Amino acid sequence: MMNRLKLNSNPHAKAESAVSDIMRQVIYALTPATLFGICVYGWSALFLFIITVAASVGCEAFCLRLARKPVKPSLQDMSAVLTGWLIAMTLPPHAPWWIGVVGAALAIIIGKHVYGGLGQNLFNPAMLARVGLLIAFPVEMTTWVASYPWFSPELPSFLESLKITFVGIDNIDVVSGATLLGHVKTELSQNHLLPQSIDGLFTIADLWLGATRGSLGEGCQPLLLLGAFWLLHKEIIRWHIPVSLLATVLILSSAFYSYDSTHYLSPLLHLGSGGLILTAFFIATDYVTSPNAVLGQIIFGIGCGILIFVIRTWGAYPEGAGFAVLLMNSVTPLIDHYIRPRIYGRDHKGKPLEVVD
Amino acid sequence: MGKTAGAGKRVVMLNFFKKPLIRGGVHATEHKAETAGKAIFCDFPLPSKLYIPLQQHVGKPAEPLIKVGDHVLKGQLLAYSQGLISAPIHAPTSGIIVDVSDYPAPHPSALPIRTVVLASDGQEKWQKFPVVPDPFALDPEEISLRVGAAGIVGLGGATFPSAVKLSQGRRNKVHTLLINGGECEPYLTCDDRLMQERPAQVIDGIRIMLHGLGASKAIVAIEDNKPDAFAAMTAAAQAYPQISVVQVPTRYPMGWDRQLIRYLMGQEVPAESRSTDVGVTMHNVGTAYATHRALRTGRPLISKIVTVAGSAVAKPMNIEVLIGTLISEVLDFCGADHSETARLVMGGPMMGEALPHPAVPIVKGSSGILALGATEIKSTVEQACIRCGSCVNACPAGLLPLEMMSRIKNNQLEAAVGFGLKDCISCGSCSYVCPSNIPLVHYFKYASGELAARQQAQHKTEQTKRLMQDKQARLERIKKQQDEEMRQMQLEKQQRELAKAAAAAAAEAAQTAQTEVTS
Repeated sequence: MMNRLKLNSNPHAKAESAVSDIMRQVIYALTPATLFGICVYGWSALFLFIITVAASVGCEAFCLRLARKPVKPSLQDMSAVLTGWLIAMTLPPHAPWWIGVVGAALAIIIGKHVYGGLGQNLFNPAMLARVGLLIAFPVEMTTWVASYPWFSPELPSFLESLKITFVGIDNIDVVSGATLLGHVKTELSQNHLLPQSIDGLFTIADLWLGATRGSLGEGCQPLLLLGAFWLLHKEIIRWHIPVSLLATVLILSSAFYSYDSTHYLSPLLHLGSGGLILTAFFIATDYVTSPNAVLGQIIFGIGCGILIFVIRTWGAYPEGAGFAVLLMNSVTPLIDHYIRPRIYGRDHKGKPLEVVD
Repeated sequence: MGKTAGAGKRVVMLNFFKKPLIRGGVHATEHKAETAGKAIFCDFPLPSKLYIPLQQHVGKPAEPLIKVGDHVLKGQLLAYSQGLISAPIHAPTSGIIVDVSDYPAPHPSALPIRTVVLASDGQEKWQKFPVVPDPFALDPEEISLRVGAAGIVGLGGATFPSAVKLSQGRRNKVHTLLINGGECEPYLTCDDRLMQERPAQVIDGIRIMLHGLGASKAIVAIEDNKPDAFAAMTAAAQAYPQISVVQVPTRYPMGWDRQLIRYLMGQEVPAESRSTDVGVTMHNVGTAYATHRALRTGRPLISKIVTVAGSAVAKPMNIEVLIGTLISEVLDFCGADHSETARLVMGGPMMGEALPHPAVPIVKGSSGILALGATEIKSTVEQACIRCGSCVNACPAGLLPLEMMSRIKNNQLEAAVGFGLKDCISCGSCSYVCPSNIPLVHYFKYASGELAARQQAQHKTEQTKRLMQDKQARLERIKKQQDEEMRQMQLEKQQRELAKAAAAAAAEAAQTAQTEVTS
């Protein structure tokens, strides 16, 4: 009877939470928008999506083995699936298969395991992959195809889609076009004024409902918001980063739009394009690469918002979410160093409070 | 009218817009239903042997004044308190002392601790105690003395000698006595039952404590998951306007005195200060009850109400047992299955300590005995930190557990201190919520222990160094002294010689002169 029981420090109880649960909830939240993207861009989108996720898991397994870490339990945390999923959502839906593979490798190998694996990385792996691909393969990464209503006959057939993904797009100039932000950048550079140059081409409704050119998963804002509310409801993410990010873009774009609506886009178009909703709720909120303290998270969100607006408006690239997030990732350790929660009984500098009777 | 619930509401309303009144904390699965509905069981069969450790409190162990073979009466003093912070130990029943030596302590280490073994004679014959007719006629100092003499310590689990705390409060002129009836730990319901079944006695104890402290008012804080205890206490406190009973939200660790003070008074206790510095002192309801017993019957603290629960326990219940009863006997009585027990805990699951085996006694600080099954402790493999920040949100002290943990892992203990390690209260909220199953508290306890050990080692080195330096200085001083003496001696010798020479010269001169004269 006197067999000694295992000892542990307190607590001797545990909440029902696991890393894999968190990742799974994010995946659930992303699913509606992803399905929508696959429906409006066709089979090629599905192929690219599967390839990216599979490559991501493959790279993770490879790295884990190389680092002599247990492969199976680490894969079960679902983090590689989520990273692959997020990369796929930010890719042009008709990109060739190797874009997905290279993206996954960039994210998992360079973006994550070089730093030491889960929880150690400085940059958001999915954004690192996207920005890396954009710089290395600008043509493939900016070949945007039109979306079509669900399962419409104009979508490429299964066989055509196979060809698009594994061989390439035939008549690239015919099917591809610019996204709203790309179009605006070109038009403004040719001194065309705004409201006229996008009239008839892009409407706010099309943009918000995903009936436009764009990345696989950024299209349908209501579905993304649905997922976002799910995550907020499940307390997986907190509101501080997304709200401060979106509010910053909203305030800046409103201010410039009201100052000069011929050179600056309307705030609604800003919010509905360039994957801003996706970035705000699913990318910028990445635990590993964002600050811990509430105030730090708000600063992080505002920083992302300012950078996104600045790059979109005055930068060389039409959209800036990826760059903005990476830049803010790089200052996260600094924010965490200076912005800490106030300790009970101490002031913000860590000095004990004054005794008052 | 609204003296009780109303008072609570008013306090909350006043401060609601100022700043958050509760920071962090968790709402742990309660597991209280199994025992909360059952009356305290008071007929536990008298054990044949009781093992009474001489240290059941914070401070110095008590010094025994009995010897093997002595016959003692129930309540008789076995060991007296030693030094300023200590508490005496009394005989839980009448019987013969059969041993005074080392037995395993109710502690994770189960290291031997000096223990009195008492074989009961089955008579339960009480020692006669003089009863004070009116405790309120006593000098406040006298209340402390009597509480101290009854061996009362903080029964919430802290086991700090209550008399010392009362005296400290009186010296610091506290205005408010906070009574913790929160019982925020899951599983435990002993305070809940006590407040439901013996509210008048608890309130009486609080009044006596108020008198002993010289404080003007008492606030009894009860978590809102105990409506029956709240109602009973409210009714019992009706006649005493100086005592208000308030409901507080059910959120662990509500029983942390500083959390309660922030919630009820909208004020924080400054770091590195005591709560008495802001005019507040907190005692547990169990301590108030023990105070009532000590002052009204003169009888010392010899029994304890403990919650016996956990999935391995067939008949979970609250049970009043004598101090010194073996935990294994209590568990057997409640039908515990040892093969099902994955972890044995003394106290609550959040802050209690794991025991390696049940052959250790119930002590004054035991509030619960939990035989937890594997599904309850959910012991799983530690995974990588994903910096989700759950621990940051859960920490009631406003620390960054994840940063502290990563520093400790890299053996940067000083850096962990920079993140607030010394402000950690080991409440376990961070470990409780961690999705990666990181035993954060374990890291913090390790680091605190290691830092203390290092400090001690450093202190020792410094002491040795100082001793060396002292010795060196002493040797030098002695040498100098010797040299000085030597020089002095030489000088004297020289002077003597000179004098001698001078005298000789003088004598010679005188002789010559004489010869000259004679010649």
